[in-house]
Amino acid sequence: MRTAYQVCILLAMSIRHGLLALLERGQMYGYQLRSAFEESTGSTWPLNIGQVYTTLSRLERDGLVRSLPESEAGQRPYEITDAGRADLALWFATPISRADRPRDELSIKLALALTTPGVDVRAVVQTQRSATMRALQEFTRLKYASDKPEDLPWRLVLDAMIFQAEAEVRWLDHCETSLVRHRPAPSRPATHPEAVDRAGEEARR
Amino acid sequence: MSGVLELRGVHRTHGAREAAVHALRGVSLSVAAGELVAVMGPSGSGKSTLLALAGGLDRPTGGEVVVEGESLGALPARDLARLRRRRIGYVFQDLNLLGSLTAVENVALPLELDGAGVRAARRLALAALAEVDVAGLAGRFPDQMSGGQQQRVAIARALVGERRLVLADEPTGALDSQAGEAVLHLLRRRVDAGAAGVLVTHEARHAGWADRVVFLRDGVLVDSTAPLVGVEHLLSGSGR
Repeated sequence: MRTAYQVCILLAMSIRHGLLALLERGQMYGYQLRSAFEESTGSTWPLNIGQVYTTLSRLERDGLVRSLPESEAGQRPYEITDAGRADLALWFATPISRADRPRDELSIKLALALTTPGVDVRAVVQTQRSATMRALQEFTRLKYASDKPEDLPWRLVLDAMIFQAEAEVRWLDHCETSLVRHRPAPSRPATHPEAVDRAGEEARR
Repeated sequence: MSGVLELRGVHRTHGAREAAVHALRGVSLSVAAGELVAVMGPSGSGKSTLLALAGGLDRPTGGEVVVEGESLGALPARDLARLRRRRIGYVFQDLNLLGSLTAVENVALPLELDGAGVRAARRLALAALAEVDVAGLAGRFPDQMSGGQQQRVAIARALVGERRLVLADEPTGALDSQAGEAVLHLLRRRVDAGAAGVLVTHEARHAGWADRVVFLRDGVLVDSTAPLVGVEHLLSGSGR
């Protein structure tokens, strides 16, 4: 599902700042970070512990976090540095550019469907609309089930996915209306010399 | 499984011969208790016609509409009117609250028209207002309430008594997104408590509240989504 795919990309880009934001609350070790991260996304975006440690070592290399001595239980806590705080503040202050987002496979697919012989574009639109509608129902169900005050961050994330899915359905509706109004001519219209002459004449008038 | 609402091969044609407009062309749809079905489709696709037929406000030119086992076409006008008042609740974009009546009087009105005693009607109306979280506004007139509050009262009027079929036509109207969502939440809650619901909407975000979404195009059901149960046994598709 495209929406889930988008979320994954977005997630990969924001694990770094997600971890920094969590460390801003206080020092934590890897497993704590992982569970805090999952908690803040309603446990539906699992993060593997390898990703956490890889990200932590990059953050440490860049001077944004520092590791502290291991505890007796063998856990190594991390804390955020001043440079890390500045990076986090900058992240919050900067809008996410649309250019940083993944290319929209769906619009490219529809554009190609229009120009590829033998493809039923309306069927492509309808198939996608059903799938996106199902995702929308699923997000709404999750939201309906998350009605506790402490669920607010998770509900806002769900709202974002709901509005994105809605936008996609609206766009698909729009595509369908355009397809109905504009029956495409055969991809290579046979040009009739007389017709061209007539058109040329009319254009000259 | 037989639904609270069954449309069986329903046709609705306006006009005759060359001038005939086929609003619905062989639509079959079953809505069970505890199920909310959203009907989506572009303007002129037949959404509102479908809802009017389901509610007995209009009669099909072909096929059958069955509500809780009663075929609407076979009912004399008086029985049909009674079935509409007792078993079917309507929520429209246009609220239709009477300005000279308080919230509780507006909600009690359909029961009183149906012959219920004033006291019994008031008791049921208060319960319906409580269900939509506006029991405290019972004594207010429509112009003393916000749009969202008025819509809640209109929903209470649709739910009052023992209506097992709730039909909603763009029920969020001009409400902002929060108030609109509250309306859908209430509809969902009533359906979860055992009613059957049909929601006509052009907004995907609203249709997201449904268990099943069907698309109408040119009077024909073209597709449906069913995240939890298979659609095949519920929806027999168009033109069968």
